[in-house]
Order: sequence, then C-alpha cells, then structure tokens
Amino acid sequence: MIEVEHLTRRYDRKAAIEDVTFRVETGEVLGFLGPNGAGKTTTMRAITGYIPASEGRIRVSGFDVFEHPLEVRRIIGYLPEHPPLYPEMTVRGYLRFVARIKGVPRNGTDDEVTRVMDKVSVADVQHRIIGKLSKGYKQRVGLAQALLNDPPVLVLDEPTVGLDPKQIHEVRDLIREWSGRHTVILSTHILPEVEQTCSRVVIISRGRIVAVDSPSNLVQQLRGADRTVIEVVGPREEILARLVSLPGVLNALEKDSKNGEWRIEVETRTGEDPRPMLARAIVEGGWGLLELGSSTMSLEDVFLELTTEDQTQPRPGESE
Amino acid sequence: MRNVLAIVGREMRSYFTSPVAYVVLTMFVLLSGVFFQAILSQVVRYASFAGPQPIDVPGLVSENFMGTLSVILLFMFPMITMGLFSEEKRRGTIELLLTAPLTDFEVVLGKFFASVSFYAVMLATTAISMSTLFIYGDPAWGPIATAYLGLLLFGIALLAVGLFVSTLTENQIIAAVLSFGAILLLWMVEFLAGNAASTAGQVLSYLSVVNHLEGFMGGVLATSHVIFYLSLTTLGLFLTYRSIEAMRWKA
Repeated sequence: MIEVEHLTRRYDRKAAIEDVTFRVETGEVLGFLGPNGAGKTTTMRAITGYIPASEGRIRVSGFDVFEHPLEVRRIIGYLPEHPPLYPEMTVRGYLRFVARIKGVPRNGTDDEVTRVMDKVSVADVQHRIIGKLSKGYKQRVGLAQALLNDPPVLVLDEPTVGLDPKQIHEVRDLIREWSGRHTVILSTHILPEVEQTCSRVVIISRGRIVAVDSPSNLVQQLRGADRTVIEVVGPREEILARLVSLPGVLNALEKDSKNGEWRIEVETRTGEDPRPMLARAIVEGGWGLLELGSSTMSLEDVFLELTTEDQTQPRPGESE
Repeated sequence: MRNVLAIVGREMRSYFTSPVAYVVLTMFVLLSGVFFQAILSQVVRYASFAGPQPIDVPGLVSENFMGTLSVILLFMFPMITMGLFSEEKRRGTIELLLTAPLTDFEVVLGKFFASVSFYAVMLATTAISMSTLFIYGDPAWGPIATAYLGLLLFGIALLAVGLFVSTLTENQIIAAVLSFGAILLLWMVEFLAGNAASTAGQVLSYLSVVNHLEGFMGGVLATSHVIFYLSLTTLGLFLTYRSIEAMRWKA
C-alpha cells in the first residue's frame, strides 16, 4: 500500500508538484497519466526516496519514506525514466551487481538473476555488453533490475517506452499478472496501456491531480452525450432537419462532404442505443445510408479535455 | 560492508574494462621506471666521487625515488577519481544507487575504497623497481616502509578530494581539471606563503600536502603528519557525502 499525502516538491520556489494526495491499495495497479512535465517522474522519485519532499508525506507499507528510507527502498522495485544501466557491463554481470546491493543472498543470486531474465526474456543476451544492446533490450534489462528480490511494490516510470508492439503486449501481460500480488504504480502517456492494465488512473497536469478514478468511470463521467457518425447520400437540409426532429437527438452536425455524400455527427442523450432509430429514419426518408457507427468518448478525449484547459478548480467528484 | 564491497567490486571491474585504467597504469609504470633508473645512475655516480666517507646508496635511491613518485602521482590522482560520480550522474545510474537499500555513506565508501584499491595496484607496481635495491644491495626496511605508508596516506587524502570534486559535475574532463587544480593548490600553497615566519605563512605551509611527506620519506613516523592526511581524507569524504545529499535536493 502506498499513501501519498499533500506531497509538494519545489525547485527554487517553483513547484513541480503541489499538494498531491492519493492512495494505492495493496495489489492494485495504478496508472499515472499526464503530459510531459506534469510531475509524474517527480512524484515517482519522491515515492522511491530518490528525492526528498518539500512538504507532505509518503508511506509505503506503513513505512515513512523520509524516516525509514532503507525499509522503503527494500520493498520497492524501481524502473526510472532512463533505465539505470552500466553500458560496459554484461547483462548478467549487471543484474548480479544489482542483486547484491538489493540484498539477495549470495548463494541465491544466480537463480534470482535467471528468474528475472526469464520474466522479461533477456536470457538470450545475458553475456552481451549492455551498451551494444537495442533500446528494447535495454528497457527490458531495466525492468529485470526492478524485479530483482521480488519486491512487493513496483514503481515503473514509462515501462513500455522503446519496446516494439509485441514486447509492449508482453510487458502489459506481465503487469496484469502482478496485479493482486504486487502493488504497482506505472506512468505512461500511452492511453490504451492504462485502459488495459490499470484498475485506477490518476491524471496529473501541471503538478496537480485533476482526476482519480477507474478508466471506465472517467470516460462515463465526462461523457455528456453519445455520438453517432452517419454517412448518407441525399439532400443535406432535409436530412439534418429530419435528424434533429427525432426524439433524444440533441444536435446534428455536418462534418464532411464529397459528391453529395454527407458525414453527419449526431449527438444523442446517453441511454438507449440511437442507431436503429437513426437508420430507420434515413431509410424511411428514401435516402441512401452508407455507414453508421458510434463514436464513444475515449480515455484519450477525457485526458485531452482534462489537461488542455486551464484547471485550477478540480471538478466535483474527481478528487478523492 | 557487503554493500560497500559490491560497489568496490563493480567499480574495479569497470576500471579495467575502460582504457583509462590501462593508460594510467602504463604511464605510471613507464614514468616511475624511467625516474628510478635516472635516480639510480645519479646516486651511483655521486657515490663514486664521494671520497672516503661511505654512502648508503640504496637508502639515497629509495628516498629520492619515493619523493619523485609523489610528484608523478599528483598528476595521476585526478584520472583515478574523475569518473567516480560524474559518470554515474551522466548515465543516470546514480538513481539506481540512491534508491537501492544502501545508505549514502555506503555508496561514498564503496567509491572511495575502489579508488584506493586502484591506487594500491599502482603503488604495487613500484615494487618491481624497488626489488632491484634488495637484490643488489641491503637497504634498511624502516624508511622504505614509512615512505610507502606516507604515499598511501598522501594518496587517500587526495583521492578523497578528487572523489568530492567528481560529485560536482556530470563531465569527467571537468572533474579531472577541477581536481587537478585543487591538488596543485594543495601542493603549491606553501609558495603563496612567502614569508614563512608570519602566522599566515605557517598556516599555508602547514596546508601543503607535500610538506607532510618529508618525514615519512626520511623514515620518521610522526603522528601529526598521519593526522593531517587522515583529517584531509575525512574532510573529503564528508564533503562528498554532503554533496550527494545536495544532489538529491537538486535532482
């Protein structure tokens, strides 16, 4: 369990993060989402004890990071933003070194190193020099390092950067596998990653938390209306007028046109699926229906909406 | 202790996988060999002109050789310490060390003992030259032992200073130049004194790192000089420790 209370971190009076408060329950995977420079890395560095907090306090499994730094560091596996690798060492040599400073017993070191290498599939390059590896391998060696000594808490700063789609998939599977047993905080700006791996999301912007909730709730909360996109052939004015007159339709907007084909976005009140009704209306009007699709608001839209406008007041119900 | 040893081990392996260690060692072995030969032939020539009074040839050679070594070493120390923290900062690996279950002090000690171990290897190579004195002569053990002890203390003090300097920058070259400057200052400080009779002059000449070596070279083991070097070492390590603490605040 990780408890962050009123965490503030200043650099020369300028706050990188301000009054950040959130909790991560044991076994939960929490996604940290925010644009570059929002304060994700600063928050993670404060949790791992790399940097001290200017104000506020952090407890990991009940240990205060400031008062018991060694106990906290013993239970955290940390992958920093830039994987901390020694380029002149071999993969195995590097992991052996990290295992030693993390307190893995000497006679168990080899087994433990082999275990984490298998987890992130880097065993095939174990005798290669780290400096000569591809970015994807380096990232995975960084991840392997965080897993040494099987820490109950994992703090991963952008764990999938530099990986190819197959490897990203593997890492996400790994993270899902950990949930339940491990407490995980991961930061990312890849939104599908959060939707697929995290049970809860913290959206942070300009050093402040703007939303904490599950991915689906966030989408629900911000979505005032359903949007449906229709592609249709026929007279523009008539079609628009007919659509707006339908029950439950809030608005119909022309998006695009070519050769008498119209792309229209229809906003309807949330609830019943409006598509059968829309299709019937168009067919009954004698026009040609080319395409009909729903466009629900994605987490990406939520993210953009929350982080682009100037948010000084949190919206009701968003912060814990 | 185990943590300190882990860092020392990694650092030593890292020294010997980079060309720097080999360049420094080669230069040192070459220079010390050349100077040993020069001193030896000079002392032998001097002895042949000296007349009836007997001259302790091996003693004179070793005393002069050790003195020369101290000067060569002044140029080598910055190269031993330049990368210790600056490289960790540049590569971001410092974040690993400072978030692992290690105390900052263990990190500092690990780095320090690594540089001392490397220095010990350097000093050990001079045994090759010194052994010729034992093969062809019968020098007194005492002065040689104190001279080595003196060089060791002198070395650890300046390595501690260099260690501190390497925490100040991410650039190895800047670290090397800065520590070379600091070492030169600690060496030359007595020339700044000018009038050694004044109090300021006495203080400045006390601060000179080379002055304290003379006793050791002559076979005298004086506590005050040992304390001087140990104090300088402690100061260097303390500043390194504080500098790492400050690094956390700035990171």
